[in-house]
Amino acid sequence: MENEAGALSRVAGLFSARGYNIESLTVAPTEDPTLSRMTLVTCGTDEIIEQITKQLNKLVDVVKLMDMTEGPHIEREMMLVKVRAEGERREELKRVTDIFRGRIIDVSAKSYTIELTGAGDKLDAFLQALEQAVIIEVVRSGVSGIARGERSLKI
Amino acid sequence: MELTGAEILVHSLQDEGVEYIFGYPGGAVLHIYDALYRQDKLQHILTRHEQGATHAADGYARSTGKPGVVLVTSGPGATNAVTGIATAYMDSIPMVIFTGQVPTQLIGNDAFQEADNIGITRPCVKHNFLVKDVSKLAETIKKAFYVATTGRPGPVVVDIPKDVTAQKAEYHYPDTVSMRSYNPVHIGHAGQIKRAVKLMLGARRPMLYTGGGVILSNAAEPLTELARLLDFPVTNTLMGLGGYPATDRQFVGMLGMHGTYEANMGMHHCDVLIAIGARFDDRVTGNIEKFCPHAKIVHVDIDPSSISKNVKVDVPIVGSVDNVLRAMIEAIKGGNKRPDAESITAWWEQIEEWRAKDCLKFDRDSELVKPQHVLETLYKVTGGDAYVTSDVGQHQMWAAQFYKFDKPRRWINSGGLGTMGFGMPAAMGVQLGHPGETVVCVTGEGSIQMCIQELSTCKQYALPLKIVNLNNRYLGMVRQWQEFFYQGRYAMSYMESLPDFVKLAESYGHVGMQIDKPGDVEAALIEAMKLKDRLVFMDFITDQTENVYPMIPAGGGQNEMILI
Repeated sequence: MENEAGALSRVAGLFSARGYNIESLTVAPTEDPTLSRMTLVTCGTDEIIEQITKQLNKLVDVVKLMDMTEGPHIEREMMLVKVRAEGERREELKRVTDIFRGRIIDVSAKSYTIELTGAGDKLDAFLQALEQAVIIEVVRSGVSGIARGERSLKI
Repeated sequence: MELTGAEILVHSLQDEGVEYIFGYPGGAVLHIYDALYRQDKLQHILTRHEQGATHAADGYARSTGKPGVVLVTSGPGATNAVTGIATAYMDSIPMVIFTGQVPTQLIGNDAFQEADNIGITRPCVKHNFLVKDVSKLAETIKKAFYVATTGRPGPVVVDIPKDVTAQKAEYHYPDTVSMRSYNPVHIGHAGQIKRAVKLMLGARRPMLYTGGGVILSNAAEPLTELARLLDFPVTNTLMGLGGYPATDRQFVGMLGMHGTYEANMGMHHCDVLIAIGARFDDRVTGNIEKFCPHAKIVHVDIDPSSISKNVKVDVPIVGSVDNVLRAMIEAIKGGNKRPDAESITAWWEQIEEWRAKDCLKFDRDSELVKPQHVLETLYKVTGGDAYVTSDVGQHQMWAAQFYKFDKPRRWINSGGLGTMGFGMPAAMGVQLGHPGETVVCVTGEGSIQMCIQELSTCKQYALPLKIVNLNNRYLGMVRQWQEFFYQGRYAMSYMESLPDFVKLAESYGHVGMQIDKPGDVEAALIEAMKLKDRLVFMDFITDQTENVYPMIPAGGGQNEMILI
């Protein structure tokens, strides 16, 4: 998309005006500062997805659009989790974090902050592996995606 | 040459070839009005309300094909313009609307007459721009006209903070503009056109269903040629009237909720439907589950998102209607295959049988003025050659049914948004675009009061509109639905305390007439048309109980019409 004020609200407005769902949305400028790249996760029947694609393409600020799910692709999401970490639990939490290839990036006497990156279901699985009682706060970035192989979204 | 932002705006509009700008001044646009005052190329038309300004620009655009231009102030000026912008958006009308904004440093401070014009108009514009840098103003204006008039046309808002109109920059109006993210497709895909033509040539019960896209793309001529080449029946949507000559044998009338029996039955029974510049609106399709059950569908539209939005089509073609129709004609003429004459003849026999039902009949012996009679007579008196605008409701449907439009851009109405109050201001724009032509506004006592203040504008600019007010003392369409579906509980549909329209017209300096006998209708219309340089307000006191027929009730299929 054009990296311009209002571009994001045009996309968000389109989804709410036409009753489509946004599951997650991430956006940031690209290596070309006049452009932003947005990864938007939505759901719907083939017809709805076709309409969403067409409607998005119609927005003047949208430069190029690609449906990642039409080919092999990689999805990644980053999550920060703050957990209560006291006594024996500190060891256990460290072990679970290692199993999921997460990292503890901040430590206090009573807490850990864990960073974990992966596909959404991996992050879900990690949260399930933790006891609910230990979770203080969860921050998820929303999904970023890129196609596998030579296929790319570039103008 | 260094100019102020206000001067850049005025020069840009001149260089763009704009004749008229419709607007209303206010604090945030005073620099611009001052720049307008100091020139005499552009004429500013002062309406009495910003809604009137947008509808007038819209009427000008619909009837001339040129973009309509509007200038309003910040805050309430812009919010009042929103109804007109949304009206143009729904019908894909090219307009550029300049809205004033509070100075840059005050934006977001809840300043006096501040509104988030970009945010408020976003869902009802094709695109909008906030200009914060005076050096980008001319280029932005060029982009605004480019976006508004190309592809599927639509309104574009340019929001300009007051300080930007005072700052100076070098003026250069670009000849062309390119935008990497905006490249509408004009040329239809050759393979798809071939597939469509094959389907059309194999049709046994074809139907051409054409809409506003034919008008917008100036494609009435190739449409007529294609239809005659194949001897296919043609039906028009409300927005498409005039795209095919209504007096032609092959025209079966308007389709949809209040369309003709022959058009809707033809749709229901056709085996190949060719949709051209039409968007399968719910008022056209009726119940989508029951829509054209036997048909393979070809759909030509410049907007890919219109295709397969409501109805899944078999052969989609993205491109301008004009280009695609010409390519189809060429492909058909280039080959020697023609549709099976026997089947087409049999199809026409069936259609004539439907047509013989005379679905638009009404009581011609009534003692009361029948609205249909007024419109039929209007058609006769004007020789079918007037520009006709309408408001929204029963009178709009009767005008669409009874005034036979043989030419495009003669029928001006708010089809998509259905905006009451549209008719008279739109007619002002039409009249300015076509001085000397007969411009009639068909309206009702409900709609006309929504922008009645524009009678004053008509006086100021000597716009000799002919207003046909079908006064049944009811919000007729609401009343009709209440009669049919709410057991006659006429909640709030009676218009009480109506003004004396004759005196009202006279107080604005116009001519007023009241007609309450069927025998006086023709003479009154003839007399009004003779008053070439006066606005004449004709208040027809009509039968209160008249309904619009045929009607497809909500949830009904196209073959399930209520007939009189």
